[in-house]
Amino acid sequence: MNRIDQLFQNKGKDILSIYFPAGYPNLNDTVPNLQLLQDKGVDLVEIGIPFSDPLADGPVIQIAAKQSLDQGMSLKLLFEQLKDVRRSITMPLILMGYWNVVFKYGVDAFLLDCQNCGIDGVILPDLPLEEYEEEFKAKFESHGVYNILLVTPQTTKQRLAKIEKAAKGFLYMVSSSATTGGALEQSTEREDYFKKVASLDIPSLIGFGIHDKASFQHASGFSNGAIIGTAFIKALAGGTASEFVDSLL
Amino acid sequence: MSKNKYAVNERGYYGRFGGAYIPELLRANVDELRENYLKIINSEQFKKDYKRLLDNYVGRPTPLTKVGNLSKRYGTNIYLKREDLTHTGAHKINNTIGQILIAKYMGKNRIIAETGAGQHGVATATVCALFGLECIVYMGALDIERQAPNVARMKMLGAKVVPAISGNQTLKDATNEAIRDWIANPNSFYLIGSVVGPHPYPDMVTRLQSIISKEIREQLTIETGNPNPDYVIACVGGGSNAAGAFYHYLDEEDVKLVAVEASGLGVNSGETAATITIGDVGFIHGSKTMLMQDEDGQITEPYSISAGLDYPGVGPLHAHLAETGRAQFLSVTDQEALDAAMILAQSEGIIPALESAHALAALEQIRFDKDDVVVVNLSGRGDKDMETYMKEINNL
Repeated sequence: MNRIDQLFQNKGKDILSIYFPAGYPNLNDTVPNLQLLQDKGVDLVEIGIPFSDPLADGPVIQIAAKQSLDQGMSLKLLFEQLKDVRRSITMPLILMGYWNVVFKYGVDAFLLDCQNCGIDGVILPDLPLEEYEEEFKAKFESHGVYNILLVTPQTTKQRLAKIEKAAKGFLYMVSSSATTGGALEQSTEREDYFKKVASLDIPSLIGFGIHDKASFQHASGFSNGAIIGTAFIKALAGGTASEFVDSLL
Repeated sequence: MSKNKYAVNERGYYGRFGGAYIPELLRANVDELRENYLKIINSEQFKKDYKRLLDNYVGRPTPLTKVGNLSKRYGTNIYLKREDLTHTGAHKINNTIGQILIAKYMGKNRIIAETGAGQHGVATATVCALFGLECIVYMGALDIERQAPNVARMKMLGAKVVPAISGNQTLKDATNEAIRDWIANPNSFYLIGSVVGPHPYPDMVTRLQSIISKEIREQLTIETGNPNPDYVIACVGGGSNAAGAFYHYLDEEDVKLVAVEASGLGVNSGETAATITIGDVGFIHGSKTMLMQDEDGQITEPYSISAGLDYPGVGPLHAHLAETGRAQFLSVTDQEALDAAMILAQSEGIIPALESAHALAALEQIRFDKDDVVVVNLSGRGDKDMETYMKEINNL
């Protein structure tokens, strides 16, 4: 069974997912970061594949990605770093990146390396659902790699139904219309959206704007848990990653 | 005239290029535009408003000038399509006038744009002033330093110029910032300046620029009795002036289409913007197209002396025209473009934009017959490039 499904089956609520870019803050920190997060009791980790032009991300993630790239990070190196990751890491692992990098690497090679490293899913925000279903779905499935899909407050009812049908693992519920790293404003409208997505037949995690224990708990009240990225990257940059994760739990 | 062979399909593809490779965060915004743009463009009201503004505000039709001295020099018959004579001095305004009308019909009152050299920013600020709409222009922090006169123009026209401080602080980063703004402000209208971006932008901008080839056909019919020339030559960065100059000739296979890229210091110098020549297939700003990237799929920074041509991608229509061989892609160095600008200035009394000078430089690379009819799209005037030209003159 895919580790993502296992996680949602064993722990239905308050799932804490952390995002950080590969090779950050130092080139060889990818696996040590994973170990730290697992030791602290984090449930799921998204490893960012750094890209020069990350459209859906805010400035903190873009600057971190640039630092990682400048240090020599690449998708090829990431798979080398993750070669033996399953000897020590049992959490589900997801790679999050932009389609150009994956396409350039070669979709078949990418999926094979994901499978060999024990990657459970990927988030590719700029790969459209239609193209995925027509051209790539069969390949993803044959390698056991879940394509995690996003929904936003603007996603129409019709499209939500289509996404629900195609989704695997969980839905990445974007909290608001903004790039990553913003604040989470609370409103009835937003809560209605959270409730609508939570009522679907697939688990969901809320991301974008989740930055501390209070916002994590608020989001977890409407879904199976939440995803923290920007705030964790700031902690990594400040050398306070361990304390930050402690403060969430 | 059928446009099936080179026309966009309903999902925004030209052959295998195009599409809408955008995050779900942008889906609703792009869908809203896609569902409305053709309805609006094909409406009688739009046609009437657009034509009136093109005639009385932009200054269309622009002349098709037969240039005798240049024709003699190359032993053929050369005509310049004079987009340099439009209001604001370049073809960019054909597009911004059209998109601002679309924005207005869609009820949008906040306009976002990106700009490299500032030409599209100025053209956007101009139409926003005309229509009384809020205008936010993203511009790379580095470009803001390099293009001070255009920054001043935008400010005088009432636009807010926001520096893009991410990445390399140039056009591609300004585009990223503009897209992020649009994600955060779904009620705004994103007014893209070229035939790039997710569907429907490449098709919408191509249609709005197609007035160029529509006029060429009418003017050549009067001039030579035949709407079709032997050659249409245009420079390509993102490719909007070329798309407009080619559009009504795409299915006229006897018309040779020549697209001219900027090769900067040379195609293999590492300092180039010749995307079709050295790039390969990839995804940028929501479009599958040809792209300059490294072996890891990171998008590389282009270089050209002409700020309007240094974009690391190219519109998907052009990627398709290159792949099918419908258009021939040439490349021209900084120096060749500077030389061509001097030749035009001193033989015809016309100072071209550095971008358009690339198209003129291609005349050196083609062997013409003496009876050929050659149209070069003079996409803009050279006022903005005087500092660069003066450096060249002082070095001679």
